[in-house]
Amino acid sequence: MGKLYDLLLEDVRFEEGLNACMNCGVCTAICPAAEFYIYDPRKIVDDVQTKDDEKITELLKSETIWYCGECMSCKTRCPRGNAPGLIIMALRSLSQDLGFFTESEKGRQQLALKRTVGHWMITYGYCLYLEGVGTSMHPEQGPVWDWIQDNWKEVFKKMGANYQGDGPGILRRIPEEAMDEIREIFKVTGGMRRFENIEEFSKKKAKELNMQLDDGIENEYFQHIYKTNNGSHTR
Amino acid sequence: MILEGKKAVWNDYQKEIADDKYYYVRSCVRQNFFPGSETAFLKIMREELNKDVYEHPCHTSCTGIVYHSDLVPVETTMTVVARQFALMTEAGYENLMPSCITSFGLYTEILDTWHHFPEVEEKVRLQLKKATGREFKKPKNLAHASDVIFKFRKEIGAKAKYKLINKETGEPLKVVDHIGCHYAKMFPSKGVGGAEYPYVLTGMIEEWGGQIIDYPERRHCCGFGFRQYLVQANRGFSVACSKEKFESMKPFKPDMIITNCPGCPMFLDRWQYVINEMEGKRYGQNGEGIPVFTYEEVAGMVLGYDPWELGLQMHQTDCEPVLNKIGIDYSPEDKYNLDISPSYSKKHNLINV
Repeated sequence: MGKLYDLLLEDVRFEEGLNACMNCGVCTAICPAAEFYIYDPRKIVDDVQTKDDEKITELLKSETIWYCGECMSCKTRCPRGNAPGLIIMALRSLSQDLGFFTESEKGRQQLALKRTVGHWMITYGYCLYLEGVGTSMHPEQGPVWDWIQDNWKEVFKKMGANYQGDGPGILRRIPEEAMDEIREIFKVTGGMRRFENIEEFSKKKAKELNMQLDDGIENEYFQHIYKTNNGSHTR
Repeated sequence: MILEGKKAVWNDYQKEIADDKYYYVRSCVRQNFFPGSETAFLKIMREELNKDVYEHPCHTSCTGIVYHSDLVPVETTMTVVARQFALMTEAGYENLMPSCITSFGLYTEILDTWHHFPEVEEKVRLQLKKATGREFKKPKNLAHASDVIFKFRKEIGAKAKYKLINKETGEPLKVVDHIGCHYAKMFPSKGVGGAEYPYVLTGMIEEWGGQIIDYPERRHCCGFGFRQYLVQANRGFSVACSKEKFESMKPFKPDMIITNCPGCPMFLDRWQYVINEMEGKRYGQNGEGIPVFTYEEVAGMVLGYDPWELGLQMHQTDCEPVLNKIGIDYSPEDKYNLDISPSYSKKHNLINV
C-alpha cells in the first residue's frame, strides 16, 4: 500500500495540488466537466488520499481521469488550497508512464494528441500548425475555414504574417538550430520518452484490438480513437 | 462603508504592469486563427504608443497546449519556458509580455512553483544548460498583452476615431466580456481585478464607450478543455460549455463579445455556427449571431483600422452588425479581397524596432 501514491508524490504538481481534502465537494460544484460528464473530482481526490494502491490503479486505468478540461476553476474555489486539476495532471502522467492509459477509451486518445499537437510542437515549434488541417477533421470550423485553407498564403500575407519566412513574425519558420534545442530539451527532460511510451503502448493495444496502426493519422487505430465515443461518458 | 478598508481589499487585485521595453512572445492559437490581432497589437504598441517591443525569431511555443494535453512531463515544459527566459535575458529585456492566456497562466504557475520549490528551479537550470548551453534570469515583470492594452486604455481612447456606441440610438453597446480561465482562476492576484471581478477587459470597454453586462455564466469556461476539443470524439463537451454561456447571456441582448484568451474567441465564434447548423438557433438580435472579438480587434476598431486588415473576415460569425451599429466606415465588397493595398506593407512593420 502506498507505492503508487509515492510515485505521484514525485510529481511536484501533486505536492502542490493536494494538501488535505475535507470532501466538501465545492470542486465538483464549480467543475464544467462535472456538469457534462459522469464525473466527480471530489471522489477522485478522496480516493487518491486513501493512498490505496488498488484504488489508485483503478483510477489510472479509468475513463474518469480523462474528463477534466484543466480549466482550473477548482483551484480558485477550494477552501483548503487544493487543486484537483493538478492532481488529475499527475494521475494522467503516471497512467501514461505505466502504460495504463490504453485501458480506457478516453485514455487511448493520447496517441491522437501526440500525433497532432505533439508532432507539430517538436517538428515546427508550434502547438498548432494548421495549414492543410481542414474541415474534414474540424467540420466545426465552417465555410470560412475552407476559404482560409484554400487561400492560406494570401490570407496570412494580408494579415501581415511572415509565413514560413526568416526573422520574427506570425508563423515564421523557426530556425533549425532552435528546433534542435527544443528536441534536445525534450530528450533531456523526459518529453521524448513520454512520446515513445505513448507510441509503444498504443501499438500493443492496436495489436490486441486487431486494428491497423501505421505512422501518421490515416490508419484504422488513429481514426478509431479520434472519432469513437461509446456514449457511456455523459449523464 | 469604510473606504480605507475597501481600498485595502482592492489593493490585492491591482497588478504591476511594466510601461515600456517589452519582450513579446506569440500565441500559437492567435497566430493561426487571429493573425491580424497580433499585427494590430504591434502596430498599436509601436506606432500609436511608441513603445519598445522586441520579438526574438527563435522563440517557440511554450508547449502550453501539449502540456495541458498531458503529453509531456512538467519538467519538459518548465525547461522550454526557461529557454524563452534565456532568449529574453540574452536580448537584454526583462518585461515578459505573452500574447496567450495559456502561456501567461503557465509562466505564472512555473514562477510560483519555483518560488515554493527552489530545488525544482535549480534542476531546470541544469537541464537547460545541458540541453542548450543557455542560462537565464527570471522576468522582472510578467504582464499579458491585454494587461498592457488595459494600462494604456486611456491613451488609446484619446486617439480613438470611434466609440462603442450605437450611432442610431446614442446608447452604449452592450458587451459581454470573457477573460479566459487561465488568466486569473489559478492565481487571482496576478490578474487585474482577480478571479471574481476581473477588470482587464471591462476597463477597456468602459473607457471606449461601451457598457459591460453581467450574466449568470459570465465566468464559465468557453469549453476548450484541450483534449476535450482537440479530439473529435470529445467535442460535445466543448460545444455544450459555449452553449451554456450563450443561453445565459441571450436574455441580456449583448451586441458583442470581447475576449482575452486566443482560444475563447474561436470557440465562441465557431460554436455559434455549429449550434445554428444543428438546431437552427442564433443568439444575437434580428436573427444574427453575436459577433465575437479579440481585445486587439476592438482596440483596432475604435482606432479606425480597416476591419479587413484586422482580419474580421476570418470569423465565421459575421462582425458586420457591430461595424454597422458603430457606423464604422468600411467597404463590404472588399471583405474577401486578398489584394494588398500599396500602403499596407508600409503600415505593418515586420522588423523589430
